[in-house]
Amino acid sequence: MSVPRIRWHIIVFLAPAVLVYTAVMIFPLFNTLRLALYSEVEQARVFVGLENFRTLFFDPIWSEQFWNALGNNFWFFLIHMLVQNPIGVALAAILSHPRLRFAALYRSAIFIPTILSFVIVGFAWKLILSPIWGIAPSMLDAVGLKFLFAPWLGKEEYALTTLALVSVWQFVGIPMMLIYAALLSIPEEILEAGELDGITGLSAFWKVKLPLILPSIGIISILTFVGNFNAFDLIYVAQGALAGPNFSTDILGTFMYRTFFGFQLQLGDPHMGSAIAGAMFAIILVGVCIYLFGIQTRMRRYQL
Amino acid sequence: MHRARKNPFNTMGMHGALILYTLIALFPVFVILVNSFKARKAIFREPLALPDSESFSLIGYQTVMRQGDFFLYFQNSMIVTVASLFFILLFGAMAAYALAEYRFKGNLLLGLYLALGIMIPIRIGTVAILEMMVATGLVNTLWALILVYTAQGLPLAVFILSEFMRQVSDDLKNAGRVDGLSEYTIFFRLVLPLVRPAMATVAVFNMIPIWNDLWFPLILAPSEETKTLTLGSQVFIGQFVTDWNAVLSALSMAILPVLILYVIFSRQLIRGITSGAVK
Repeated sequence: MSVPRIRWHIIVFLAPAVLVYTAVMIFPLFNTLRLALYSEVEQARVFVGLENFRTLFFDPIWSEQFWNALGNNFWFFLIHMLVQNPIGVALAAILSHPRLRFAALYRSAIFIPTILSFVIVGFAWKLILSPIWGIAPSMLDAVGLKFLFAPWLGKEEYALTTLALVSVWQFVGIPMMLIYAALLSIPEEILEAGELDGITGLSAFWKVKLPLILPSIGIISILTFVGNFNAFDLIYVAQGALAGPNFSTDILGTFMYRTFFGFQLQLGDPHMGSAIAGAMFAIILVGVCIYLFGIQTRMRRYQL
Repeated sequence: MHRARKNPFNTMGMHGALILYTLIALFPVFVILVNSFKARKAIFREPLALPDSESFSLIGYQTVMRQGDFFLYFQNSMIVTVASLFFILLFGAMAAYALAEYRFKGNLLLGLYLALGIMIPIRIGTVAILEMMVATGLVNTLWALILVYTAQGLPLAVFILSEFMRQVSDDLKNAGRVDGLSEYTIFFRLVLPLVRPAMATVAVFNMIPIWNDLWFPLILAPSEETKTLTLGSQVFIGQFVTDWNAVLSALSMAILPVLILYVIFSRQLIRGITSGAVK
């Protein structure tokens, strides 16, 4: 038997991507998880095992912040699932209607918020909702609903929901586009077969189209989950690193940033920051696993 | 043919819903752009009115030009985005070709390894990334950002591009081999031009998140010389928060480049999403 020769070109083709990906993404990821097991004592790094996680989950000061951020993060995610994705599906359903005029125009316009940066979105909404400028109250006044107005971003009980809705406003284009693509791929024969059985209009959507686009809704849900659980930018831009008022808009991303870099009088702590990153990693991993093994494999895929 | 699909009442309802949502989507952008051209008094007196000869003012833009280095920020954003896209496409296409074309031990495993990063956000590793950048002296350089964005973009790029590489005909490549072309020449001369549409899709997908990112510029390159447009406008607005003219003008100047890019690439972007590249 001859010795297999090394095919150098394969190595040359693969090396740059594998090296950059490993060095800048995978290695730091595991290194961060490792750093979570250390702590700084008298300017030296010492191994403390799971001590940081114990502090994070059970120490009164830390755990209060952590569970607050986690709870807020779930609420943030829930609003996206309940508002963003249904609106996205509804818009896609309308847009995919055959012979709807100006569909491309609507589609492009509705997608514009998605391309804007969090800085623009955060500040723009902050200005519009600001009682000083008064655009929101005077518009509500015009329809006789002025009593509804409150400085939403400044009130503990409304601020998180308001920011979640701003984020929904920004990202509704993504579920819209993906569902739109899925709806377009449904063959005309299936819809016509339904029509022959008298299934048209709305009932055609519920009974024929919706079951066929369920896999896309699954993908959107997991994308929303991952995106929400490493969100940071919008909260930071609108409310600052302290995620005010009184931490009511704090989510895991802002909590990690604050812990890592420090704020006001508290010094930054990379090890506790890593521990929070570890918790985020675990949550995202659990979510992705639930999706891959619990949802995706059980979902019926129809051969189209 | 289909009575239910032609109902004029339905059509009006559909247009009504779409117009309403389009207004909701565009209203904030419109308010910001319009008011950036008005004098301070007019901004507050009639925020929804278009600027006229009396209320027109460029004072906000003048402040922005004087106080902020927006051209430098813009240039930094441009360098980071273009360089990251270049490396994502080059390295991603090379790896995708190797995975799609050659059979070798560990092919599947390597593919899965590279796909891991599609679902796991790179931000989780921030603490160690910063440590590494400090250790290598790359902190506060644009290279730090370019490396991070390249690593972040590669998984999806390899995934999408290898799907397309599999569709390139074997006859073409084998004809090249018979003619004595090297594997490198076959890849760069024969295969790459054929997957150009897929490369464009990958580029457009990556462009917007890179341009808009705030987290990594804030952590890895916050110095004045390396600020990107996103970070620069965030810091500028934070400092000038009571100067409404300046804030509105800074926001408009941040909106403009993305809007122009969108107008140029929206067709590509929408075709990319709807052709099922992300399934």
